[in-house]
Amino acid sequence: MRREPLLNAAVFLGLLAVVLWARATDEPFTITLATRVAILALAGVGLNLALGLGGLVSLGHAVFFGIGGYAMGILASHAQSYSPLIEWPVLIEGTKSMPVIWLVAMAASGLAALGIGALSLRTSGVYFIMITLAFGQMFYYFAISWPAYGGEDGLSIYVRNGFPGLNTLDPIQFFAICYVILGLALWLFSRLSRSAFGLALGAARQNGERVMAVGIAPYRLRLVAFALSGVITGLAGALFADLNRFVSPTMFSWQTSGEIMVFVILGGVARLFGPVVGAAVFILLEHVLGGLSEFWHIYLGAVLLVVVLFARGGIIGLIAGREVRHD
Amino acid sequence: MTSPLLDIRGISKSFGAIRASEDVSLTLMRGEIHALIGPNGAGKSTLIKQIAGNLKPDSGSIWFDGRDVTSLDTVARAQAGLGRTFQISSLAMEMSVLQNAVLGALGKRGRVMRFWRDVMRDAALLQVAHAALSEVGLAAAVGTRVADLSHGQRRQLEVAVALTQSPKAFLMDEPMAGLGGEGTARLTPFLDGLRHRAPILLVEHDMDAVFALADRISVLVYGRIIATGKPDAIRQNAEVREAYLGDEALT
Ligand SMILES: Nc1ncnc2c1ncn2[C@@H]1O[C@H](COP(=O)(O)OP(=O)(O)OP(=O)(O)O)[C@@H](O)[C@H]1O
Ligand SMILES: [Mg+2]
Repeated sequence: MRREPLLNAAVFLGLLAVVLWARATDEPFTITLATRVAILALAGVGLNLALGLGGLVSLGHAVFFGIGGYAMGILASHAQSYSPLIEWPVLIEGTKSMPVIWLVAMAASGLAALGIGALSLRTSGVYFIMITLAFGQMFYYFAISWPAYGGEDGLSIYVRNGFPGLNTLDPIQFFAICYVILGLALWLFSRLSRSAFGLALGAARQNGERVMAVGIAPYRLRLVAFALSGVITGLAGALFADLNRFVSPTMFSWQTSGEIMVFVILGGVARLFGPVVGAAVFILLEHVLGGLSEFWHIYLGAVLLVVVLFARGGIIGLIAGREVRHD
Repeated sequence: MTSPLLDIRGISKSFGAIRASEDVSLTLMRGEIHALIGPNGAGKSTLIKQIAGNLKPDSGSIWFDGRDVTSLDTVARAQAGLGRTFQISSLAMEMSVLQNAVLGALGKRGRVMRFWRDVMRDAALLQVAHAALSEVGLAAAVGTRVADLSHGQRRQLEVAVALTQSPKAFLMDEPMAGLGGEGTARLTPFLDGLRHRAPILLVEHDMDAVFALADRISVLVYGRIIATGKPDAIRQNAEVREAYLGDEALT
């Protein structure tokens, strides 16, 4: 039953190995693909907190991904045009500094998640799914119709933002940033899932009545989980925008929400490395099948159907068996 | 006379045409086991749910430990010291026995918003959890997933989780249901001792257990309490025998 940690280590080191090999053989495109995997996995880790630990089936996580992306786009575009964001009552300038952009992205998406969560967590089941989906569409159409930041066309950033001491234009250095952040998020997720908060949240997912009967209010747990989840997915959005040096309303679309959910389900809901495996397999399929056929989404759908029907723990569950319990 | 710990004052509750509680008044004194008996569908569980806060009574009030708790929700009532076991086991099925007990201890202690330290290494919580589990005889099953427990073990765990709460009063809805003769024989002396820690409002169909344990018995029929009294008086009560006990209770 100790197979899952080994599998996790293999996956995490495997991603690094691919990148090192790509560097040795001078294949920058592969490094970019691996960076995509790391960033999308990070978005999935965020969703996994709400969906896996909390049982909150959110179809609106593109909101946080998009907010993270636009936080980057807006700050960087003001910096590159030397026009301040706000002049009055305080002067706020744009920035090309990644750490500052990340903080803004996390704060903004966390606040949005708090607001959306506070409203939608009063419902459950299908209603919760529909409300989160509706919020996603709201942000999507807002982004499309907001001409100041590119509207439908989105925003391009000419030069990737900077990180002190690193050359972020070097693919492997930017990968390293994303890889380390993913590692930190996974560490946070693993601690969180074993903490007092994680225990109560997991119990509330399995049986809300039981949690209330011992004097714990599920609503607060879920709201905090949803907000943290939004923060992580928002950070992923900022990195994703930096990877592409481009943001557009697509980041807010329901397809984006759906894809993030696919990573989690494909890899294994509530499994620590579920989103990593899911994102890796997704990108791989997109790359391989996408080269073979335009309709690769149909094949992906077939793979997903098989996973959902026959492997309830996703790919990780298939390989490592039922979740290891600590007691 | 001391005042009752739990004081139910004339509560009524209807589901459409069904009157599940009709002007029910009931008290639970410190140190006593007060058994609530009655035929299936009499409204026993509905009464427990109103006391625990899952259901709002249409009228009447519920006083606990000197204050009116009628408008408090389940969570607040649990925090106020009402410990409850469910008629149908209600546990975190994917978690281990120990995790369920630790959850109970965590609910009692509070400070749930702790995000970093491993809760299953929290010595204080573990101590409470282990103590409760060994009291009900589940010490050997701590690592078992609840979904893999037998029905009887789940009943025991229900009681253990309530114990971790060290409540001021227990609300137990048929804790013996499905335990079998041996299980009931083990739980009966345990509940007998428990009343000194906190009084118990005990819903139970097992009349041997009820008459062995109860200081007082209330009989609920069609949502109304038709009699309250000492076990002997209830045994002799003609109306009770006709409505529920039948003649075998005399023997
Ligand atoms: N949520 C509900 N909606 C409608 N009717 C209900 C509801 N809950 C209970 N009832 C009805 O109220 C009556 C009392 O039910 P309750 O479960 O309280 O009985 P009980 O005394 O606990 O029975 P048992 O001994 O079988 O557990 C029954 O007729 C039941 O069908
Ligand atoms: Mg009942």
